[in-house]
Amino acid sequence: MSRQADVLTMPREKIEQVQLEGLRKTAVHCYEDIPFYHKSFDEAGFDPYSIKSLDDVRRAPFVTKQDLRDNYPYGLVGVDRKDVREVHMSSGTTGVATVAAYTEHDLKAWSECFERAFEFAGAGPEDVCQICYGYGLFTGGLGAHYGSLQSGATVIPISAGNTERQIRVLREMGSTVLECTPSYAMHIADTALAMGVDPAKEFHLKVGIHGAEAFSDNFRRELERKLNYKVLDIYGLTQTGGPGLAVECLEQNGLHIAEDHFLCEVIDPATGEVLPDGEWGELVVTTLDRQASPVVRYRTRDITRILPGECACGCTHRRIDRLQGRTDDMLIIRGVNVFPSQIENVMKTFDEVSSWYQIELTTKNYLDVATLKVEANPDFDIDSTGAIEELQRRIQAALKTALSVGIRVRLVEPMSIQRSEGKAKRIVDLRGENLK
Amino acid sequence: MIDQLTVFLENSEGRLAKLCRALADADINMKALTIADTTEYGVVRIICDDAERARDYLDQKGYRAMVTKVTAIEVPNRPGGLADLLGVLDDLDIPVEYGYCFSTAGDRAVDILKIRIASEASKAVFKLEESGFRVLTQKDL
Ligand SMILES: [Zn+2]
Repeated sequence: MSRQADVLTMPREKIEQVQLEGLRKTAVHCYEDIPFYHKSFDEAGFDPYSIKSLDDVRRAPFVTKQDLRDNYPYGLVGVDRKDVREVHMSSGTTGVATVAAYTEHDLKAWSECFERAFEFAGAGPEDVCQICYGYGLFTGGLGAHYGSLQSGATVIPISAGNTERQIRVLREMGSTVLECTPSYAMHIADTALAMGVDPAKEFHLKVGIHGAEAFSDNFRRELERKLNYKVLDIYGLTQTGGPGLAVECLEQNGLHIAEDHFLCEVIDPATGEVLPDGEWGELVVTTLDRQASPVVRYRTRDITRILPGECACGCTHRRIDRLQGRTDDMLIIRGVNVFPSQIENVMKTFDEVSSWYQIELTTKNYLDVATLKVEANPDFDIDSTGAIEELQRRIQAALKTALSVGIRVRLVEPMSIQRSEGKAKRIVDLRGENLK
Repeated sequence: MIDQLTVFLENSEGRLAKLCRALADADINMKALTIADTTEYGVVRIICDDAERARDYLDQKGYRAMVTKVTAIEVPNRPGGLADLLGVLDDLDIPVEYGYCFSTAGDRAVDILKIRIASEASKAVFKLEESGFRVLTQKDL
C-alpha cells in the first residue's frame, strides 16, 4: 500500500466518523434532490436530518432493483444533467435497464476505489495492464480502465475477445496485470495451452484482477497454476457505481470494503433484520459520497457476510466474504437460511460424489425435513462394507458445520436426480403437500 | 481371484427386477446374487460371466456399478466346511470383509470371500491351497 495508504490504514474511529458524515450528507441529498427518496423516506417516517449514529441507517427504507428500473432513465439522478459526465447501464435479464450516472467527482472516487486492487497487489507505474473486460456500458471495462490509470500503470485497453491476439499481446507486450472476468482468464489460459504456448512460462503476469462473476477457490487455484500469478477478486455492481465497492488483498481471505465510500449491512433477506458480523445474508449498500446516483440501503440480492476481525495485510477497512450466490435461490429450513451455493461448497470438498445434487424438502410432525440426494462418482468403492454409510455421515457432519442445520444425506442412483436441459433440478419442495 | 459385479440400488420397488432384466437384455448370465441392504439402499453383488461388459452396460443405463476382485474357494459340502476355511484365514490374521455362499451342488460348495487388501488376498490364496482347499479362477466357473 502506498498511494492511498493513509485512507486504507485509517483508525476505525476515523473511518466511522467519515462514514457518519457521508451517511448524513447522502441521506439529505437523496431526500432533497430526488423525489423518489423524499416520498419513500416520508412514508417510512425516516427523517434524514435525525441521523445521529451509523445504526440510524436501519430506520431508512430499502431500495430495490425494481425501484431503480421504475425510475429509468433519469428518475434517480440527483444532480443537473449538465453535471453528469458519464452514464452506464446494466442491461438486466428482464430487459429494463438500471442507470448509473457519474459526475466528475464520482468518476474520481470510482477510480480511487478500483485502484485499491493495485494497492493491495503491490502494482503501480512499473506495471503493464491488459484490460480485457468488455468496454462500453458494462461498468467492468471503464472501471478497470480508470482504476488502472489512477495507479500509474501502463494501460492496454484491448477489451474482450480475439483471444489469439490477447495471447500474442500477453507474450509480446510484457503485460503484468490481467483484468477480465475469471472465466475469460481461464479461456485465455486454455487457448494458449491448446496453441502450444505455456502461459506459466511465456506470459509475464504478476496479478489478475477478476470480477463480475463468482468463482470457487478451486477455480482460483487452477487459474493461478496455469497463469503463474495471483488472482484477486473485485466486487461491485452497476447500481452502486461499478467494481471497486470491495477488493481482495493478497491474503485472499475476504474483500476489503471501500468503507470511506460505502456503508455495508448484511440482512436476513426474509425479515429485513440486520444480522451480526459473521452471519450470511443479503448485502445492503449505502453510498457515502456519490453525487449523481446515490443509493440508500440498496438491496443487492448478493449473499455474503461481514468477516469479523482484522486482516493481516494491515488495511483497517472491514471485509466481506466472497459472494455466495443470490438471495433468489435461498431456502428456509427450520427457520435457518440456506443457500444452495453453501451446499455446493461443501460437496466440492468430497471427491467421492459428483456435483449433481438435489435437496428434497418434506414435512414430518410439522417440522421441515431436508434430504440431500447425491450421486457417487464411478471410482467410489461402493463394494466396501460400511463405505456408503460412512460417506453419508461425513457429508452430513460437514453440512451441519457449514449450515448450522441438520440435513440428511442419501446416496442415490445416478439417474434418479432429475436433469432438465443438462441442468439438475436442485430443489424439490414437497412441504405443504404432505402436511399432517 | 474372480470378478464380481457390484451394483448400488435404491431400495424402491421393482429396482432389483429391473436390474435383472437389464442384465438379461445384455445377455449376461448370472450364477450367484446376494444383497446387503438397508432401508434406503441395497448393494447387490453378482457373480456372472463377463462382469466388465456387464458393468459397462449398466453404466450406460445409469446404474452405479463396479467390478471387484473376490476369492472363490471350493469347500467340502459338510458341516464345518466353511469353519475350516475361515480358521485358516484367522490363523493368518487376514480379515475377511464379507463372504457368501455361491453354490452347494453335490459334495462341493463354493464360498466367495472379499479380502480387502490385494497382497493379503494372494497370501491367503497361497495358504489356502497349501491347506488343501481349491481356489477357483474365472474359467472354473
Ligand atoms: Zn487484507
